Amino acid sequence: MRPNERQPLVAIHGLSKYYVRGDQVIPVLLDLDLDVFEGEYVALMGPSGSGKSTLLNLIAGIDKPSAGEIRVGGVDIASLSDSDLALWRSMHVGFIFQFYNLMPVLTAFGNVELPLQLTGLSRAERRERVETALELVGLTDRATHLPNELSGGQQQRVAIARALITDPTLIVADEPTGDLDRVTAQEILGLLARLNDELGKTIIMVTHDPKAAEKARRLIHLEKGVLVG
Amino acid sequence: MFIPLLVLRNALRHKLRTALTVLGIVVAIAAFGLLRTLVDAWYAGANASSSARLVTRSAVSLVFPLPLSYAQKIRQVSGITNVGWANWFGGVYINERNFFPQFAISGASYLDLYPEFVLSDAERKAFLADRTGAIAGRKLADKFGWKVGDQVPLRGTIYPGTWTFNLRGIYDGAEPATDTSTFFFHYDYLNETVKQRYGRPGDNTGVFVESIANPEDAAGISQAIDATFKNSLAETLTETEKAFQLGFVAMSEAILGAIQAVSYVVIVIIMAVMANTMAMTARERYTEYATLKALGFGNSFVALLIFLESVGIAITGGLLGIALTFPLAQVFVDTIGSLLSGFRVSQQTMAMQLAAAVVIGVAAAAVPAWRAARVRIVDGLRAIG
Ligand SMILES: Nc1ncnc2c1ncn2[C@@H]1O[C@H](COP(=O)(O)OP(=O)(O)OP(=O)(O)O)[C@@H](O)[C@H]1O
Ligand SMILES: [Mg+2]
Repeated sequence: MRPNERQPLVAIHGLSKYYVRGDQVIPVLLDLDLDVFEGEYVALMGPSGSGKSTLLNLIAGIDKPSAGEIRVGGVDIASLSDSDLALWRSMHVGFIFQFYNLMPVLTAFGNVELPLQLTGLSRAERRERVETALELVGLTDRATHLPNELSGGQQQRVAIARALITDPTLIVADEPTGDLDRVTAQEILGLLARLNDELGKTIIMVTHDPKAAEKARRLIHLEKGVLVG
Repeated sequence: MFIPLLVLRNALRHKLRTALTVLGIVVAIAAFGLLRTLVDAWYAGANASSSARLVTRSAVSLVFPLPLSYAQKIRQVSGITNVGWANWFGGVYINERNFFPQFAISGASYLDLYPEFVLSDAERKAFLADRTGAIAGRKLADKFGWKVGDQVPLRGTIYPGTWTFNLRGIYDGAEPATDTSTFFFHYDYLNETVKQRYGRPGDNTGVFVESIANPEDAAGISQAIDATFKNSLAETLTETEKAFQLGFVAMSEAILGAIQAVSYVVIVIIMAVMANTMAMTARERYTEYATLKALGFGNSFVALLIFLESVGIAITGGLLGIALTFPLAQVFVDTIGSLLSGFRVSQQTMAMQLAAAVVIGVAAAAVPAWRAARVRIVDGLRAIG
């Protein structure tokens, strides 16, 4: 390893995850190594049940590995306490979910603002940031709408704005277009590509859709808990 | 601003469910308050009584009378400043539903024992001068619209016949807790009529009431009185008026205990109902809680949302319930009339109602909040699919 070699943003070594049920051990991820560099746009593919979501959740710090190490930006996240991990997530990870997972009682504005409630930003600063993010996803005119007054594509764009708002180190997306029609899916994928291109965001996306994977810069295949190709 | 807003909007998500929960708490808290007030009123009578007065009655039972001649001997016991007597009349005014206590009393000596019955000098004189005169408490007079000068007919049950009294005065209570729902007339009138009309021996009374110089001597004086009549045909039992009143209350102790128990059962029931509602509500939001946690909000934040929502709903219901207790208590007073003096919703009752509401809210949220705080993010997120 040359000393001036670029450090990976996400460095995974010997990662294993298994579930124990009774005396039965269900292996999900097996001794997995993976590096993701800053500014990459990675698509994670593989058959259902291969462990894609599990891997993504581990990288995002919402699940704990059974063995191995996950370093994100130099931090060994598996060793953090629950509350430290929560704080870490609030600063470093933006989440995009298949079913958007917006708070139904908050407006588009309120949903995008949500992660900023954990920061010390003033009301005015928060407002400015939220307006910028909503503009970026093209929903300025929908700021006061509740999620159930928005289409699926619009809800996902709100979710993307929410994932961006804290300027996280990493954006994780689990089948972000899984619940959308083809045209809307293309819009969302275009938006993610722009985030990567124009803002230099590091994105890891799980997808079943080869079209979606095409947009990504790098493809990873997971099969039965092991990376292939 | 953010947390209250989130809690409020969450609470209003299922308006009907929240409204029904609030309604349940309103009813429970109002019922709780009403039952507590009822128990309070029951004891209030005893508390309003003086510990500077003794009551002497038959050692066997209150229903056995004592010879009037005892008054002389009681007066000679040292420490006693005044002796009067009273006899239960038990008459019916128009019909049985108009119940109120009536006593035949020893005129001036009895009135002197009860300075808390405030009567104008003119009325007092008029009463004492009229053999068939009577006085009534303000509450009682108001209830039946009696005025001084009215004639009040009572149908005797223990002493048959119709007895007509001239209302010579209406007394007020010196304090709010003073009972003003009793009717008094002259013992002499009763006694003489009984002797003449029914040829009964007469010269008997239910109780003697004594005032004492020093309340601390009550026990010794009581013993001295009872010792005087030891081994006589009618032995006596003397105790402070308060103990005497509490003896009455004790008769209904079982009922009071039951009422008190019911008041708590009502709270426990609504607590269980609300806990179930909150559990259902929280379960529906597991995905949201998991999402909040993924975004970096702590377990305690999620628990706080549930607690605040639950306590907020409970306090809303509690305050409405407290407000409702007053009109309910009024309806109760109007219905039951003069039976219970001092039927008022006390500040202590209101404080207990509010405390009960908070306890309901906290208890209902405890399990759902604990579960929601503990649920793993990945499991919570999975709940959606
Ligand atoms: N809590 C759990 N207990 C037991 N097994 C689990 C648990 N969570 C996940 N698994 C198993 O782990 C495996 C991988 O699940 P994962 O959700 O990561 O798959 P996936 O690749 O994302 O599939 P899909 O494409 O259907 O979303 C599955 O076999 C699943 O049954
Ligand atoms: Mg998955």
